[in-house]
Amino acid sequence: MLADLLQFEFLRHTFFTGLLVGIIAPLLGAFLVVRRLSLLADALSHVTLAGIAFGLFMEKRFSYPVITPFYSGMLFSVIGALLIEKLRSIYKAYQEIGIPIILSSGVGLSVILISLANGFNTDLFNYLFGSVSAVSRSDFYSIIAITVIVLTLIVLFYKELLTLSFDEEHAIVTGIHAKRIHFIFIFLTALVIAASIRIVGVLLVSALMTLPVASAMRLASSFKQLIAYSVLFAETSVITGLISGYYLDIPPGGTIVMVAVFILLITIGYKRLLARRIKGVEQS
Amino acid sequence: MSKTIIKLENVYYSYEKKLVLENINLTIKEGMFVGLVGPNGGGKTTLIKIILGLLKPQRGNVYLLDKPIDSFKDWNRIGYVSQKANTFNKGFPATVFEVVSMGLTAKVGYFRFFNKRHKERVLEAIRQVDLESYAYENIGNLSGGQQQRVFIARALVSDPQLLILDEPTVGIDYQNVKRFYDLLYKLNKEKNITMLLVTHDTGAVTKYATEIACINQKLHFHGEACVYQSLSQEKLSKIYGHPVQIVVHDHD
Repeated sequence: MLADLLQFEFLRHTFFTGLLVGIIAPLLGAFLVVRRLSLLADALSHVTLAGIAFGLFMEKRFSYPVITPFYSGMLFSVIGALLIEKLRSIYKAYQEIGIPIILSSGVGLSVILISLANGFNTDLFNYLFGSVSAVSRSDFYSIIAITVIVLTLIVLFYKELLTLSFDEEHAIVTGIHAKRIHFIFIFLTALVIAASIRIVGVLLVSALMTLPVASAMRLASSFKQLIAYSVLFAETSVITGLISGYYLDIPPGGTIVMVAVFILLITIGYKRLLARRIKGVEQS
Repeated sequence: MSKTIIKLENVYYSYEKKLVLENINLTIKEGMFVGLVGPNGGGKTTLIKIILGLLKPQRGNVYLLDKPIDSFKDWNRIGYVSQKANTFNKGFPATVFEVVSMGLTAKVGYFRFFNKRHKERVLEAIRQVDLESYAYENIGNLSGGQQQRVFIARALVSDPQLLILDEPTVGIDYQNVKRFYDLLYKLNKEKNITMLLVTHDTGAVTKYATEIACINQKLHFHGEACVYQSLSQEKLSKIYGHPVQIVVHDHD
């Protein structure tokens, strides 16, 4: 792939997009997991699919592109995030109910729009499972912009996000604007999902946000370590997954996620081995 | 004349139709160690939530540090340790240092970063609760009593004038409870931090607190701890609505 990487522009775009997504997806994922909001990523990715279907439909309907699927996906993802927040405030006692509502609405809308666009084809397949050749130059530039926005805002609001994730009531009592910070967070999540979909696909984007974090959780004792390990594991999965996907001619979503699962199994096994060894030392 | 830290005037609060607090008048002055006692459902936690601005009373006025609560901005002058401190997510990957530094988040403010001075302050707060050797341990690895001291440090780190503690010793073993109260006593005496401690443990609280406030919808008693201790059985049973006994622990 490395020789091809230099030769083909589209491969370069895919590869660098993969590297960027490998940073921002687990970064947001770390906060999602500790706030027990992992499923939020699933809901938003399915809304993004509806947005993509909308873009495909518009492409079909109008001969000139009004809005490309990438941008309509992003737009829907952000709208979905806002709606989940709205539902959270309507159903105060059942805050997680917004997630299945938005997820199923996303899928329902997708099915209708895809049918209208006659879109059950390779293009859709790429969106569902990712592709090594799907990232265009303009997509690539947008993903660079998203990465810059995400990293800047996370660095700026890191201490507020961490404080809020650990103990929301305490954060509010000390005077942190929980609602505003949470809104920024969910907005960033929506952007990251839209950016990641080109590489891993709608169905597996949440895996890239949560699996590396689940592995890191076994090893990290601080939150900074959690982020560092998560990014390390995500990058390992993305690089290995993209290269093997390219050579085996498999959508990279599948290979990336399976590498992430493999890393997860190793960390669980490693922790068990460690626990057994400590127990052994204590007994002897 | 010492400063007034908390002042409640004719405070009423009801959930839907159920009246929980009725005409509460309470003044807490600087340096006091107030034990807030009373039966379950008597409105202790509601009162704390009103003082913290989490609930708004239907009637009456609340003043914090001589300011009406609506215009009060100095929230970092008030430290809060909740009941929830012992039901937090124990699998959260954060070190003691990280958790304590969360107490400074609001004080440092938006768009600013922790500097060296803030970090030293965090370590100092950790030292104050005797946990310096655990500063970089994962909080989940600590015992219940140690975790509760981490939350005290998180409240102390912003240099509060007032500490509000809502049943902080629930789920902590006897030895550590004593140690915990000793710590509060020391902070009250040496740092002149005003304490408002909600508790079931009337025995321990009469030993450490200077004042007791007993609440069951109304404020039934407010005065010195020794006076509360000498209240007759009959009177206490009236307040609680059932027979009670103050058990004074003599741990020594």
